[in-house]
Amino acid sequence: MSEGHAERAARFAADEPRAHWHDQALWFMRAKRDRAASAVPEWERLRTLASAIKAHTRANLAGYLEQFERNALAKGIRVHWARDADEHNSIVHGILAERGVTRLVKSKSMLTEECHLNPYLEARGIEVVDTDLGERIVQLAGEPPSHIVLPAIHKKKEEIGDLFHAKLGTPAGLADPKQLTEAARGHLRERFMAAQAGLTGVNFAVAETGGVVVCTNEGNADMGTSLPPLHVACMGVEKVVPRLEDLGVFLRVLARSATGQACTTYTTHFHAPMRGGELHVVIVDNGRSALLADETYREALACIRCGACMNTCPVFRRSGGYSYAWTIPGPIGAVLATARDPVRHASLAFASSLCGSCDDVCPVRIPIHDQLLARRRDLARAGALPLGKRLGMWLLGRVLRSRPLYELAGRLARWLGRRAPRALLNGRWNGWARQRELPDLPEASFRELWRRERGGGGPR
Amino acid sequence: MTARDEILGRLRAAAPPDPGLPDVPPGEARPGDLAARFGDAVVAAGGVLVALPGEAALGPAVAAHAEKLAARRIASRVAAAGPGTVRLEDLADPHELEGIDLAVLPGRLGVAENGAVWVDGAALHHRGVFVVTQHLALVVPAAELVPDLHEAYRRLRFDGPGFGLFIAGPSKTADIEQALVIGAHGARSATVFLI
Repeated sequence: MSEGHAERAARFAADEPRAHWHDQALWFMRAKRDRAASAVPEWERLRTLASAIKAHTRANLAGYLEQFERNALAKGIRVHWARDADEHNSIVHGILAERGVTRLVKSKSMLTEECHLNPYLEARGIEVVDTDLGERIVQLAGEPPSHIVLPAIHKKKEEIGDLFHAKLGTPAGLADPKQLTEAARGHLRERFMAAQAGLTGVNFAVAETGGVVVCTNEGNADMGTSLPPLHVACMGVEKVVPRLEDLGVFLRVLARSATGQACTTYTTHFHAPMRGGELHVVIVDNGRSALLADETYREALACIRCGACMNTCPVFRRSGGYSYAWTIPGPIGAVLATARDPVRHASLAFASSLCGSCDDVCPVRIPIHDQLLARRRDLARAGALPLGKRLGMWLLGRVLRSRPLYELAGRLARWLGRRAPRALLNGRWNGWARQRELPDLPEASFRELWRRERGGGGPR
Repeated sequence: MTARDEILGRLRAAAPPDPGLPDVPPGEARPGDLAARFGDAVVAAGGVLVALPGEAALGPAVAAHAEKLAARRIASRVAAAGPGTVRLEDLADPHELEGIDLAVLPGRLGVAENGAVWVDGAALHHRGVFVVTQHLALVVPAAELVPDLHEAYRRLRFDGPGFGLFIAGPSKTADIEQALVIGAHGARSATVFLI
């Protein structure tokens, strides 16, 4: 078994002050989300509605994509289709290369992260500048994003100051977020002015109108699509919604779930290329149709990439985005990664306490923790669990099936727990005793106390 | 087989049963004056709201605002706000938008629940003016306020080719240690004049 989530998480957690800070920073987002959600009286109804619209759309995805294409073409938008990441990258490169583009500005797109578009284009002589501030920070650092909404949440402002000093020439020791942002604004404005094309993701594509909607707070997608004449927008097949009015539902829950804002600063609706320019939409499958075919996990396709499940997850908050080793981290990332390759990402199914908090905050009601539990069952049935876990589960199964064995195990555990030396109990073997003291074990079980007090065979 | 046909074929083959498309009901009615709620939401989004008694007050209000910002290059797309100093029609290339200090743009409608203002691209000549400008002023008729996005989308049409967006407050980011910084890439301030 290669390195899994637990080992990677242990590395992150080893820096205790940073792990604590990360935990608190994300909990702050969760609290903001709660305030925004509770200010909308029909919040729960909106979640149900969003979930139902997505379920209907999944059942008619092909039809809605065709409708979207028809309407987009009528508005002068070019539409491309890509079966997988390679085809996507080659289509995007083809569009850029045909027009001699060597300088591209990009706004956030998790799809292009998933397809590893940046290295593909860079290897072919195209300079790619990520323009979301967080994404630019991790790009300059040579790292992937660690969170889908807050790509640089794992970095301290002093580290960003050092990075900007080295890469952008800001004064040494500058660590004020306002001044650092101002420096990035100047640096990126030059890039926007020099760019020959802009690439964006797509938050929603509307079948009824043939347009795409992109949401940002910084305005980077708008800068990148209104200065250069060429706009390429990349979307997964699941981004289409049937009607214009559906946007009202999804936009009301998206920003509130993501950052606790009532809406993003810019919610831009593209229903035509700019004057004298071109707009290309690339529609990508890359495994999504296979997920649609999977009855147990298909609801994960409803994800609108708000990141709320990450902010609330007690495991994500304490283990960091990189511990998932997948483009989309956190609870929904664990579902999507194991759907893509169950064995390779097997440990992610266990990167959860199954507390269900992700389900409670998900704006489209994806049953995330049920899916993680189902994945554990699937992995166990496929014999894909590590030997230690298999043996443990076999033993536990035997003990829990037999009352005498269960009572014996309880007596043994209490006896050992009360008499064995602390050094042995809290040894390296016992993961439960890390960072906490074990509670004192009682002298007798509930069943034994009952027998003593009431006599008889004890409660059944 | 083309990629298109192959993808559509796979999606058809994998399609689950259809539970039906639900209607989107109107948002729940909220207490309080629409304009007051809109103003609060604009402020929550980092913007400034200036309520004016009528269109006649707009010119002087915009002039005072421009003076306060020391704005020299002003692009106005609202007749009642004055002509500005830069005619967007004279700019051959959108890159010439760089250096505009203040853009005064017409808002088609304002959304009380989130402080967003709908701006129609057809009114802008260069669509990037709202984001390239250093400061932004939006002019919204008080009669065009709607309670929520549901109502907003009932009033917007996308029949032909076009461009438009909701703008809520100034450009902002919290990507460095969650510290909210106003003025990421776009406008450093957003003032909504409600008439």
